[in-house]
Amino acid sequence: MIAHAIFFYTFSIIAVVSAIMVTASKNTVHSVFFLILDFISISCLFIMIGAEFLGMIMLIVYVGAVAVLFLFVVMMLNVAQQKNQWFAGQQSSKHIPVGLIISTLIFVEVIIVIGGWKYKPEIFDINNSIAQTSISNTHSLGQILYTDYIHVFQISGMILLVAMVGAIVLTFRQRSGLKRQSYIKQISRERTEGVEVLEVQSNKGVKIDD
Amino acid sequence: MIDIGLGHYLTLGAVIFSIGVIGIFLNRKNIIVILMSIELILLAVNINLVAFSIYLGDLAGQVFTLFILTVAAAEAAIGLAIIVVYFRNSGTIRVEEIDKLKG
Repeated sequence: MIAHAIFFYTFSIIAVVSAIMVTASKNTVHSVFFLILDFISISCLFIMIGAEFLGMIMLIVYVGAVAVLFLFVVMMLNVAQQKNQWFAGQQSSKHIPVGLIISTLIFVEVIIVIGGWKYKPEIFDINNSIAQTSISNTHSLGQILYTDYIHVFQISGMILLVAMVGAIVLTFRQRSGLKRQSYIKQISRERTEGVEVLEVQSNKGVKIDD
Repeated sequence: MIDIGLGHYLTLGAVIFSIGVIGIFLNRKNIIVILMSIELILLAVNINLVAFSIYLGDLAGQVFTLFILTVAAAEAAIGLAIIVVYFRNSGTIRVEEIDKLKG
């Protein structure tokens, strides 16, 4: 129990500090790296409380794909070093109180809800327990993911396909001056436009211009 | 304090959610940081779902976390593509200069 507490506080402090640094960091590349640190510590928490599959998936999807995508876009757009600092400028000053008030309100509301859960412990008794302790987390997750949630699973695959096609269509750029293979042109080529019969005169040769 | 329960995880989720909201409001830099704040908010939601799923013994929360992960990846891809197109067209992605829709 002591080890659980120590690991929980370590990882959650790292997660909160890196989440603050994501929003407060001046350099966008540093923000992306703190986001990666945040995801890693949260996935350590997930693995610690017994959701191993989600922790690993979070490492693979977020750190391996999404964060690298962010890093790639930040470096490609060359916006890493912005002169505009955090909290600097005249326009931003009116956003600070509004943002702080709204986020504090949200935090207080969520804490009130958590307190409601904490003081009603009988809510834990009415669980429809699907989780079994004899098989592993990944095994049991797969057993209900491919049976009860198969339609939702396939729809999420469709969402990923649509997102991929949308991203490609959005960023696709037709460049001029590119030499491409055109099948229609190749097939509809006639002999008359490809071959020319010349009368070669002696000592002059044939001039080829293309 | 030592006995880690559901409330600890929910509090962590609430703190990270609030930090994400602060990041959206107080951001004066580029719009990529706003996308990262949205990722933080989705992460906080995932923490809540996984904590409830573990402590209530119901696996549906983890399944929904998986779907949230899927949608977050799709959202990041589309959002970054839109940002790249916008940067190509207008040359900036600073938040205070994106005011074409102001009307």
